[in-house]
Amino acid sequence: MQQTTLHISTSPHLSKGVSTVGIMQNVVWALIPVSLFAVYAFGWSALLVLLATTGSAVLTEHMICRWSGKTSTVDDWSAVITGLLLGLTLPPAFPLWMAIIGSVVAIAVGKMAFGGLGKNVFNPALVGRAFLQAAFPVAITTWSPAFAPERLQSLHPSTMAAPFMQPAVDGMSGATPLSAFKFEGINTNTMELAMGQVSGSIGETSALLILLGGLYLIWRGMMDWRIPAGILLSVAILSALVFAIDPVSYPAPGFMLFAGGLMLGAMFMATDMVASPMTNAGIWIYGAFIGTLIFVIRIWGGLPEGIMYAILLGNALSPHLDKLVPRRVYGHLKTKKS
Amino acid sequence: MGLFYNKKSFRHGVHPPEQKSETNQLPIRQFGFAPLMVLPLSQHIGAPSVPVVSEGQEVVRGQLLAHSDGYVSVPLHAPASGVIRKIGEVPTVSGKKTKGIYLETFPASGQEVWGGEKIDLDSASPEEILQGVQQAGIVGLGGAAFPTHVKLKVPEGKSCEILMLNGIECEPYLTTDHRVMLEQDADIFMGIRYLLKATGAKEVIIGIEANKKDAAEHLAALIPDDLPIRVEVVPVKYPQGAEKMLITAILGREVPSGGLPIDIGIVVVNVATAAEIGRLLPKGRGIQERVVTITGDGIKRKGNYLIPVGTPIRYVLEQVGVEEGLAEVYLGGPMMGMAISDLSIPITKGTSGVVVFTKKKVKQDQRIYPCIKCGACVSACPLSLNPSELGILAQAEAYEEMATKNNLMDCFECGSCAYVCPSNIPLVQYFRLSKKMVRKNNK
Repeated sequence: MQQTTLHISTSPHLSKGVSTVGIMQNVVWALIPVSLFAVYAFGWSALLVLLATTGSAVLTEHMICRWSGKTSTVDDWSAVITGLLLGLTLPPAFPLWMAIIGSVVAIAVGKMAFGGLGKNVFNPALVGRAFLQAAFPVAITTWSPAFAPERLQSLHPSTMAAPFMQPAVDGMSGATPLSAFKFEGINTNTMELAMGQVSGSIGETSALLILLGGLYLIWRGMMDWRIPAGILLSVAILSALVFAIDPVSYPAPGFMLFAGGLMLGAMFMATDMVASPMTNAGIWIYGAFIGTLIFVIRIWGGLPEGIMYAILLGNALSPHLDKLVPRRVYGHLKTKKS
Repeated sequence: MGLFYNKKSFRHGVHPPEQKSETNQLPIRQFGFAPLMVLPLSQHIGAPSVPVVSEGQEVVRGQLLAHSDGYVSVPLHAPASGVIRKIGEVPTVSGKKTKGIYLETFPASGQEVWGGEKIDLDSASPEEILQGVQQAGIVGLGGAAFPTHVKLKVPEGKSCEILMLNGIECEPYLTTDHRVMLEQDADIFMGIRYLLKATGAKEVIIGIEANKKDAAEHLAALIPDDLPIRVEVVPVKYPQGAEKMLITAILGREVPSGGLPIDIGIVVVNVATAAEIGRLLPKGRGIQERVVTITGDGIKRKGNYLIPVGTPIRYVLEQVGVEEGLAEVYLGGPMMGMAISDLSIPITKGTSGVVVFTKKKVKQDQRIYPCIKCGACVSACPLSLNPSELGILAQAEAYEEMATKNNLMDCFECGSCAYVCPSNIPLVQYFRLSKKMVRKNNK
């Protein structure tokens, strides 16, 4: 037998074959149908927002790595997810310069300041969005209706607004289904919500496509189904409860599930692996906590929508939720506090 | 008593591709004698054996080469007739050289074996059986290589209710226990007779995974009328072959942390070990060979071979033929086995398999990414430890905290966590090192 150099590695010598890069890439694939539909529904303005947030997220991470003398980590694809997710939570006519600032904040403050991938406490995309909500409260609540006739011919005037200039208020501004319900008591058909025929953030309109993307990731074993299940179940149960008591002043459970960013948040935001719990009990508590908070903010809070704050609070608690219910280790009678 | 199928299992675990079909239909075949045998004096856990032969001495097959040194130790017998060429340093799987014997075999070394003092089943006392097991040089053939007589000794104040035979063989690729159960049924039942007498157990459970139904049915059909044996078939899941997992899967009971199965009245013995006891003790022989699965995509003639202990891996691979692009060679299964870099390392009593992968089969992307806290390891750990947290603590060198707060010392390095880890974090390596550091610091 010829002389061969044998490679030495530590056991186990087999791998399940799911890789971190593979997970990240598949999350991006799962978001592609949602994004394409959003561009179709809202036009070129939406496409530019998505490209701006994704591109600037990747560029920001690359530059920060370079400035700190580290190998660039953008090839792990996680910055693409952050950028894309941030874009999907913004209004379609959102000024691009603001979107880019949001992306820079998301990566620089939400991710790299904590030490990069794996170390972030919060979902970076939501950190970026929270910043934009505070910095540009008007622009981020200026919604344009879906399927506007001119959407594929021209851009919204606000898209290309010059930095730090007051963007022109869009004359066609439409209320989102949630604000319509909250402030005017108008109910939107659940079917329209599911199919995405309503106004709202770029990515939250078609609940159905979001659901399909999430199911794809669950099927590939790349998403923890317990998180969306926990959130959606708790929202459904709580809204069914109040709806049963008073169907006039409270929205129907179907409306609650399909309106606004719930589906996007439950499927793609709350499931950020780094910022969510790992233990079975922790995961269910996390889901129930976020779901309950969403319900409370929507029904009794001052805002029409509470997904972002609910998830950010859930993120902050997640390391503690893992310890809340101590796991019994094999062969130990009592659970040991860790 | 018969055959039972059940759905019971232990918590968590993983399902690596089984890859057993290429060898599980192939009968055990006898291997020839290598021209030079390499015999480490320590092929077991415990004190190395002490040579009783000298350089240049002629020995016959089965002759005692080294006696045991104390209680937790076993003797070593000549796997072939030949001349002691040298007593010195030999290579081992750990990478370190240890003391051992080089035996040059006679080209015409026959299959006849030198026998010692026979252990008669009817007249021997339990203590004499244990001594016979030790004198035969028997260790756990599942891979742990712990001296079997030590395991069989029921401590004062404890009693053994159940004798469990481990025919799980949960490591992917390996089929030695499978073939032993199909081909050595008489030896297994004879071994059980000795084991029942030695331990005082009242019943016997043979645990077998559902991918070896033929072996389970074969053994169940042949159970002697006077033996209280039950064959239990459990669903396939790794690492069910670990004693603790096997006990929990079949009986639903847990072995206390830091304890042994005997603490809950159980003794677990590998099926091949039982067969060896049943074969060797009536003849007073020592162990000279064992069944090894030679497999993996790098092997031309895969199969189960009865290979003399001390046969260098190089000789084994020359006999079975290897494919181009040989990349990694493991002794044991691919989940817990050790990769070797030196083909002069021999088959020892604990070697259950030689798995050879070519470049195609070896993990491609070896880059280590940060822990993304996906929790896959948490859902895989059969002990319900938190490997993610332990891994982060290991990187921070917080060994004490790992041991006191996170139950590091319970880990038996099954590798389920690293198998599922998408970031290629070498968790098992971390834990092995951390355990070593904890033991060192506590000295």
